[in-house]
Amino acid sequence: MADKAFDEMNAGATGSVRAPYRGVADWLARTSPERVAATRHEVDQFYRRHGITFGAYGAVDGHEATIPFDIIPRVIAWDEWEFLRKGLVQRVTALNAFLADAYGQREICRAGIIPEDQILMNAEFVAMAQGLALPGGVHAHIAGIDLVRVGEKDFYVLEDNVRTPSGVSYVLENREVMMRLAPELFSAIPVLPVADYSEELLATLRSVSFSDDAEPNVVLLTPGHFNSAYFEHAFLADEMGIELVKGSDLFVDEGRVYMRTPRGPQRVDVIYRRVDDDFLDPLAMRPDSFLGVAGLLGALRAGRVNIVNALGNGVADDKSTYTYVPEMIRFYLGEEPVLSNVPTWRCDRADDFKYVIEHLAELVVKEVHGSGGKGMLVGPTSSRAEIEAFAGLVRARPGNYIAQPTLALSTCPTFVGQGVAPRHVDLRPFVLSGRKVTIVPGGLTRVALKEGSLVVNSSQGGGTKDTWVLAPGSTAGG
Amino acid sequence: MLSSTAKNLYWMGRYLQRAKSTARLIEATQRMALQSRGEEAMGVAAMFGMEDELRQTQQQGGRLASLIDFLVMDESNPSSIVSSIGAARSNAREERNNITVDVWESLNSLWLELSTRLRGNRASLDRGALIESVKKQAVMIFGAAQVTMLRDEAYNFLQVGAFLERGDNTARILDVKFHLLRPDGNPHADKPDYFAWSEVLACIGAVRTYRRIYRSALDPVKVAELMLLRRNVPRSVHHCLWMVDLNMRELADAYGTKGEADRLAGELHARLRYARIDQIFETGLARFLGGVRDDIATLSEEIGRQFLLD
Repeated sequence: MADKAFDEMNAGATGSVRAPYRGVADWLARTSPERVAATRHEVDQFYRRHGITFGAYGAVDGHEATIPFDIIPRVIAWDEWEFLRKGLVQRVTALNAFLADAYGQREICRAGIIPEDQILMNAEFVAMAQGLALPGGVHAHIAGIDLVRVGEKDFYVLEDNVRTPSGVSYVLENREVMMRLAPELFSAIPVLPVADYSEELLATLRSVSFSDDAEPNVVLLTPGHFNSAYFEHAFLADEMGIELVKGSDLFVDEGRVYMRTPRGPQRVDVIYRRVDDDFLDPLAMRPDSFLGVAGLLGALRAGRVNIVNALGNGVADDKSTYTYVPEMIRFYLGEEPVLSNVPTWRCDRADDFKYVIEHLAELVVKEVHGSGGKGMLVGPTSSRAEIEAFAGLVRARPGNYIAQPTLALSTCPTFVGQGVAPRHVDLRPFVLSGRKVTIVPGGLTRVALKEGSLVVNSSQGGGTKDTWVLAPGSTAGG
Repeated sequence: MLSSTAKNLYWMGRYLQRAKSTARLIEATQRMALQSRGEEAMGVAAMFGMEDELRQTQQQGGRLASLIDFLVMDESNPSSIVSSIGAARSNAREERNNITVDVWESLNSLWLELSTRLRGNRASLDRGALIESVKKQAVMIFGAAQVTMLRDEAYNFLQVGAFLERGDNTARILDVKFHLLRPDGNPHADKPDYFAWSEVLACIGAVRTYRRIYRSALDPVKVAELMLLRRNVPRSVHHCLWMVDLNMRELADAYGTKGEADRLAGELHARLRYARIDQIFETGLARFLGGVRDDIATLSEEIGRQFLLD
């Protein structure tokens, strides 16, 4: 697998260094292995000292771990980025149009493009979110779109994340670490900065307040410090200068949301929530939730508080809706998709099901609502017994699975054990939608540290890299 | 207490604060340079009034790195971090009986660490780690003073020195950076460059403080207000001059006398306390800051005169 993959640094039959990577390649050639070993130790110290940790669900040994950070950056040329940026803006705009439609008139169903059941029977559909006129018509304010590359010009969207995508704190912290560890690289290579993400995020959040208050009060709602992404919640709140609240810090009175402060109740206009839909409001959703705020949905429906991202966004990003996104783009925007989907078989279709069961050993099979790299089968790297067991699962609930060809994800040089070796990577850019759409150049590059592995999720032993988009007009980078 | 003790503590405060400010400033300016690839070297040079020196070095093919080295570890530069820590340490050494063991040992171990690092191979010296270490340990030394020193005249002189230096430093950063970013002095000229203005705040470690106070996009007028007038920002000019005034008053109470230094300290504090940012911009920020900085320099001279430090 690995030898067939497109290597972003040493692509092509000749194995020559691609232009955007020239600066990095020079640096690698100049840097001694001892220096690298010392640097890697420093990185781990930095992350631990700053408390940048990730508590993977189900981890029994030690609650907090750091996500391995690889110091060789992943480089994207300006024109490549411009192409991706156009595609991302288009895709997220269409997803937002779809969400507004799905919770509104459902014209896309009447046009016969998406069956109504796909929306209404979806486990992620939130009936109570229907008929709301959200500010700017935006539902997916923060979207993380997972992209993979398989060739010089071939990018695919692997999945859309429009519920509560996480990982952006690593984009910002990885850059801080790189600037600290290898300042000489930044002097030689024109890398576009990412530090204004928090400023853009705050502007986005403020722009979707129902109230026309010039300075709407925005808070970040976290499930608390046991959550695996708690570091990110605290980080973003701090960067934006907004309060980091738990459900118990908020209450609803006369249809308005307030936070408890020593000076008395203070009104809240926008809630950037990192709590799942089910837990947001015990009156409306799960009654046993202690993480939410009673009456929150009432306040939302009354147009007194906006909740970001909107409720019920899961109907747009599960793996079966995914197959419809190109059609959404044509329907809502009248454009051809810039970014392609990975060809996908839906096991609830008889023909597809038959094909998938016969070709399990070649395919990647995923749960429709799965995330975090769990509940999936990577055919080519699985044993016969594993494949047989998985076939049983698919037969039992075909509608719960989709399958895709095993893509040869591109590789980037990565430090492993004794030296540098290619490892598979993906990319999650973060798209902000408020009154306008903004994307900070780059995103989170995740890398599968195990040789040949295609699973990049941090909960499955993946690491991260700093992602560099080169400034316009610079192709060589060095 | 002897005048020579007062003098040593006053200068120990100034030098230690100077090293700390310089470290923070280099770090912020470098970080900015890495992100924007602007005229970084000139930006750093301007902060230290060294544009001419830099031009000379550049003509001789020098680079920013050599300027940084001059500011960090050149012992022939009396304001370099190394020289400042050395001076603070020798002030402290003369007054070992007048400061606590905690203060002395933390300052001495910083000095020892720097000496060890500089004795090693300069080519492989990690400048970032050195700057980080100075920043961190300076905080510990001031912290040790705060929690262990008797609140007497010695403490007051240490505080006056540190806050006078810090206030002047903030005023200088604002003055130079504002002039670089808004040469015509008009804060509303065009859309503020996020990275440039966040760097100005980073020079006094106040990026996140800004967010907490204003909860809005970076705005040059607000940046100036935060750095100059916000009393609750510990590195603002107002806060520093308030602390200078407070410590001067305690000295006046202890000695039962007052002089020109007390008058000037009170006047400077009042000027910052009652100023309004819109009025400052009406008359011109550069003019206001120039006046403040001149008077800080005069105050330092008057303190020397009044307490027989010279």
